[in-house]
Amino acid sequence: MRVLGISGSLRRNSHNTRLLRAAAELFPADVEFELYDELKSVPPYDEDDDVTPAPEAVDRLRAAIAAADAILISTPEYNGSVPGQLKNAIDWASRPRGTPVLLNKPAAVVGASTGAFGAVWAQAELRKVLAAAGARVVEGEVAVGHAPTRFDETGELLDENLREPLAEVVESLVASAAEREQLVAA
Amino acid sequence: MSTVETRIALPTGIWTADAAHSRVEFAVEYMVGTFRGSFSPFQATLDVDETGEAKLSGSTWPNAVKVQDENLEAHLQSPDFFDAERAPEISFESADITRDGDILKIVGELTIKGTAKPVTLAGTISDPITDPYGQERIGVKLVGEVDRTEFGLTWNAPLPTGKPALADDVTISAELYLVKG
Repeated sequence: MRVLGISGSLRRNSHNTRLLRAAAELFPADVEFELYDELKSVPPYDEDDDVTPAPEAVDRLRAAIAAADAILISTPEYNGSVPGQLKNAIDWASRPRGTPVLLNKPAAVVGASTGAFGAVWAQAELRKVLAAAGARVVEGEVAVGHAPTRFDETGELLDENLREPLAEVVESLVASAAEREQLVAA
Repeated sequence: MSTVETRIALPTGIWTADAAHSRVEFAVEYMVGTFRGSFSPFQATLDVDETGEAKLSGSTWPNAVKVQDENLEAHLQSPDFFDAERAPEISFESADITRDGDILKIVGELTIKGTAKPVTLAGTISDPITDPYGQERIGVKLVGEVDRTEFGLTWNAPLPTGKPALADDVTISAELYLVKG
């Protein structure tokens, strides 16, 4: 099983990327976890550009999602919502109409923010957006507030209390992907 | 003078919906109007045996949903709505059919998204006619209402007033041109 991690934050020392790295360690050994690191290169969605062949970065994004059995997204919160670049990438992945790569794709959402609430609004909006794009959004939320205090300088998760809810989300995501695998095989 | 309603038996035979003229549709209040869609293809059969025992059954698939806005297609197939991947069939099976004159009442079970719920359909049935090609036909029109949330189709979006944009109650209607096989 392959899981694609997508961080909604672009900066090098992103808390959300660190949260994904912490989650990566909680997957079963037979799960291959890949961190998508090309979010910055995805061009703005323009229907005029949504042709075949698609822009290269879009092709790679869609291929990465298509090759994954599940996706795990960690989002920060900008002005109470999903960062534009992350939303833009989902907009690309929600096309073509009728057969987007996100259709039926098990997806989980977690989030970290420097504020107290751990990007809960952005997470809620991201779940809505993913579902509208056709994904199977699994239950579970991990809201990492005061993010700078939750990781050490090397990016390791300091707050052990977060590992359990994170493990629950990981477990739900793997279960959903496994169920889909069986369904498709049947 | 009082009138007495005459109950009429359903016409014996296996009657199958003609795909060219039959329709199965749904309508649901959305914001300021009614959102409508249909299912095509679908199959429906009315089976009436010699004893008068009758059963209406029908089935279709989530990917047979037709709506005007093609942007909605993937969303309707997805887990938010019909969840076509896990629940590939939509079906109806009658448990009881009563006819009073041309008035028809059908109680049955509707299965959507893997959930079966009782539903009552009311409508009319016409007398058999012979069409220009020599086939016997009857017409059946039915309407019923279901609460989509009972079947797990719970998507909604709040209006600025806080009210939901999409109603829970969905009207299902069928117009069946049934041909005797």
